[in-house]
Amino acid sequence: MVVNCLRGFEFLGDWALYYFNLTGRMGLFMLRAVIATIVPPYKWEPLVNQIHFIGAKSLFVIIFTGAFTGMVLGLQGYYSLSQFGSESALGSAIGLSLVRELGPVLTALMVTGRAGSAICAEIGIMRNTEQIDALECMAIDPFKFLIAPKLVAAIISLPILAAFFNVVGILGGYLIAVPVLGVNEGAYFQGMYQSVIWDDLYMGLVKSLAFAIIIIGICASKGFYVHLDRAGGFGAEGVSRVTTSAVVFSSVAILVGDYLITAILL
Amino acid sequence: MTEQRDPIIRLVEIEKSFGTQKVLRKASLDIRTGKATVIVGGSGQGKSVLLKHMLGLLKPDNGQVLIHGKDISRMKKNELMEVRRDIGVLFQSSALFDSITVYENVALPLRERTKLKEAEIGRIVKEKLALMDLHGVEEKYPAQLSGGMRKRVGLARALVLDPKIVFLDEPTTGLDVKRSEEIYKLFHHTQRKLGYTSVIVSHDAPKIFKLADYVALVADGKIQECLPPEDFQTSENPYVKAFIQATMGEIYRGEGESL
Ligand SMILES: Nc1ncnc2c1ncn2[C@@H]1O[C@H](COP(=O)(O)OP(=O)(O)O)[C@@H](O)[C@H]1O
Ligand SMILES: [Mg+2]
Repeated sequence: MVVNCLRGFEFLGDWALYYFNLTGRMGLFMLRAVIATIVPPYKWEPLVNQIHFIGAKSLFVIIFTGAFTGMVLGLQGYYSLSQFGSESALGSAIGLSLVRELGPVLTALMVTGRAGSAICAEIGIMRNTEQIDALECMAIDPFKFLIAPKLVAAIISLPILAAFFNVVGILGGYLIAVPVLGVNEGAYFQGMYQSVIWDDLYMGLVKSLAFAIIIIGICASKGFYVHLDRAGGFGAEGVSRVTTSAVVFSSVAILVGDYLITAILL
Repeated sequence: MTEQRDPIIRLVEIEKSFGTQKVLRKASLDIRTGKATVIVGGSGQGKSVLLKHMLGLLKPDNGQVLIHGKDISRMKKNELMEVRRDIGVLFQSSALFDSITVYENVALPLRERTKLKEAEIGRIVKEKLALMDLHGVEEKYPAQLSGGMRKRVGLARALVLDPKIVFLDEPTTGLDVKRSEEIYKLFHHTQRKLGYTSVIVSHDAPKIFKLADYVALVADGKIQECLPPEDFQTSENPYVKAFIQATMGEIYRGEGESL
């Protein structure tokens, strides 16, 4: 009984130490990434490539999910609001949900799944096949060479992707609300126009920027330190395990971050 | 060649464990300026680990790695970068960047570390690839090459900046006999000409002895001997004797007890 109790503490301590270690490592990783990003020289070509990969290539999936999210919001919002006879508020409800919450959050989750996983796997493989060692031996800073372009690309891409998500979502909601459910067109856009203010856009932007940092910080550092990770280790299997854990960790962090930012900025 | 300068790299009583496995136990080795030091030893004895200590990629649990007399673990990041500017490395796994082409792999050190124009970079890359007898592979990706070709691309990349110290981890493993002999001749020739320092891990004993100034044997976590090849072959050290017997035995098709 006592032994079992002690085991419990030991387990708890292990767990705490592991996450303490992990978050410390990620924090230092981000610090080095930011420094490497700020210090010149700057190269444009890798940045453009990364924007293409993280941003442009995510566009289709963002538009797709944005459209369906807007349509669902249209249906659900109409159902809820009609209970109080306030269908005319549908436009503002959809606009606010998208701009403040769903746009940044769902965009970040999609980018985590599409680009974050790929980034983690790519960097993890580079670590496990000594490519990162090779960079260091060539006196090329891996943070400058590998991480900085990804960080900047994510910071540029996420707000833009979220904006696309919002626009398409609003149109998707419109498609359901006006032609299908018969909400007045003027009321839909007028309500939205009046209730979505700059503060809401600002909150959406802050979230997108924070999520960009979360995605790169977690996915890239998990790959970069695959050899130190409990889930990681050597070989292809280590990379696959660490990629899974990076996606889960990043998704959870996005949702927690969303709550924190909302709570602080509200 | 005339004056006996301080060893450019000194490993002083290096100890290194991975988990419970003790790989190095007080291994000491001097690498002399302008000379070719060949490291031999059985598979899994810690040759690559030794090399990674000299490169500052692994930190010893105990002991020191001195480069130009300075402890590498005390060096700042900038200092280490400075040291690494003068070195070229071929990893055992070649460690080519697999997302870029062969051409870009070899061009990378030139692009990142020099201000050369693209035309000049192209000329140097072509020249180094030709030196390694690689033709028409510029636009291929590393995964599309055979192991031996990857090794040679790795060699071209290691030598592209004409480094002062060259680290080669099994440069000829996976190459056919003729090609590896050509590569050894090339090393011999360029080393005499350019006078760089080289540290070569090789399984190719006794052939490699021809190009070695010093041969060092890693066994049982230590450097057993580090001697000129003639002295190495007549050493009384039991590990060295066993090694010589095993490798020579191969030639005479004897039993050849392995290390
Ligand atoms: N990063 C590492 N983590 C754990 N064990 C390692 C690591 N690198 C090497 N080893 C172990 O150290 C021993 C020596 O490896 P190595 O230096 O690669 O041998 P070799 O002499 O064939 O080059 C091996 O048993 C290997 O498993
Ligand atoms: Mg090895």
